[in-house]
Amino acid sequence: MAAAPHSSVDQFILETRGLTKQFKGFVAVSNVDLRVRRGEIHALIGPNGAGKTTFFNLLTRFLTPDGGQILYCGEDITLARPAELARRGIVRSFQMSAVFPHLTVLENVRIALQRRLSSTFHFWKPASSLAVLDARARELLAQVDLAGFAHTRAVELPYGRKRALELATTLAMAPKLMLLDEPTQGMAHEDVDRVTALIRQAAAERTVLMVEHNMQVVARIADTITVLQRGKVIASGRYAEVARDPQVMEAYMGSAEAALAGAPA
Amino acid sequence: MRAAAIGYLLLGLLALALPWVGLYPVFLMKLLCFAMFACAYNLLLGFGRMLSFGHAAFFGFAAYVTSWLITAHRVGPAAAVLSGMLVAALLGTIFGGLAIRRRGIYFAMITLALGQLVYFVCLEAPFTGGENGLQGVPRGTLLGLLPLRSDRVMYYLVLAIFVAVFLFIRRVVHSPYGHVLRAIRENEARAISLGYDINRYKLLAFILSAALAGLAGSLNSLVLGFATLSDVQQSTSGEVILMTLLGGTGTFFGPVVGAALVVSLQEYLSDLVGGWVTAIIGVIFVACVLSFRRGIIGELAALRRR
Repeated sequence: MAAAPHSSVDQFILETRGLTKQFKGFVAVSNVDLRVRRGEIHALIGPNGAGKTTFFNLLTRFLTPDGGQILYCGEDITLARPAELARRGIVRSFQMSAVFPHLTVLENVRIALQRRLSSTFHFWKPASSLAVLDARARELLAQVDLAGFAHTRAVELPYGRKRALELATTLAMAPKLMLLDEPTQGMAHEDVDRVTALIRQAAAERTVLMVEHNMQVVARIADTITVLQRGKVIASGRYAEVARDPQVMEAYMGSAEAALAGAPA
Repeated sequence: MRAAAIGYLLLGLLALALPWVGLYPVFLMKLLCFAMFACAYNLLLGFGRMLSFGHAAFFGFAAYVTSWLITAHRVGPAAAVLSGMLVAALLGTIFGGLAIRRRGIYFAMITLALGQLVYFVCLEAPFTGGENGLQGVPRGTLLGLLPLRSDRVMYYLVLAIFVAVFLFIRRVVHSPYGHVLRAIRENEARAISLGYDINRYKLLAFILSAALAGLAGSLNSLVLGFATLSDVQQSTSGEVILMTLLGGTGTFFGPVVGAALVVSLQEYLSDLVGGWVTAIIGVIFVACVLSFRRGIIGELAALRRR
């Protein structure tokens, strides 16, 4: 396959070509070509079971694709290991809130910062050697409005705060590409607004690809929208264009009202 | 925090005084060696959340290595114990390297199978003395300076090493590495998504645990003057799990309490009831798992938090 022209690499941070995944004969992701433009917020939407989370798991190599290619900054990452991808700047969040429950809020963020120190295998050093990271960790916590909870154990935070903590931890990785799996799922109204604002703020310096059910959030912050149905891309473009697409209206927007009411994943 | 420090200080003083109040030093040393073994095991189970069914392999094989070096090659006690520990670490690298590729029950089964393999080697290999084991291992003179024949001298040496191991494990858990290990224990997928190659961190925990288990086994054989098949057999792997669970996994002092309890019960009950001691310990184990799953120290800590 010919290498992508240089301008396209600059323009698109992530590209999939013919990405396919099957589970025992059931095609979860089918021949998906997707290009994520650098610096944008790109939303992936689609009815339940459309293959959005599977697609995410393929991108972050938590699953191995059966066919196709994934390019990140022009490089083939189809066979890279998940932890390596994280180190190269693709950091994901999870559908269920992903915090370290029995670590404090500060420690949660610090784990992400710690990897850049050379001491992650140093089993003979005291924990106080990690204190150099505290200032940066507190900065990140302040960004998501968690400064007052630094010494609370993550398990004791309310749900919306946990998602905020997860976001702060993800930001601590200084990712180039942030993959958010339903960041507002199951949240109360004011939390949705807070997290939406946070995502917009975080996206100022990076690219965001997000799976999202809440169409209000998508309409408000997404630059580009891709609609998946039964593992296939049925439309891609600006919100206004996609919303007018007859196939999308039939497949998905018809149920947009239900999604607005907060349908579960 | 301060209460804990005072508690440890009192325990330390008690440990120093014990051989002078009529307790048999060899019994105390055996207890300390098993406490060390349980602490090493707890590093893996409690702090790394990996359940190994084959830890007797490290404990027992290190005992053989130490005893063999002393009896067949006249190596000094310090070098022999260190060699036992190193061989256990090497064995741990192989076991761990294979087992961490799987999780949960499959991990446990791999360690069980490898543990049985080591038992078989100890039974059949020419240098292990087969059914008899290696007997009559002299304690020798530590670094050519300190004769270890006296039980009291040996006791203080074992106590010092035990304290060092105990403090070392605390340090590991509270180190930068320990924080990463804790994160992996809490949420593996998230740790991966933060860029950690989790298997390398788990492997290090396995190696450290195996090395310390080996140190305990080597010392135990030096104390008793023999290495036998019972050190390396499956029931010893079971005992260390029991000690750790009984005392409290994931607590620092729990394994020590668990080991003290099990070793004492075995020592005193076997005179009274003979073979029934295994059944009694079994009943205690079931009761522990059913009614106080956090173990003795775990439950006490939970009570204090309330």
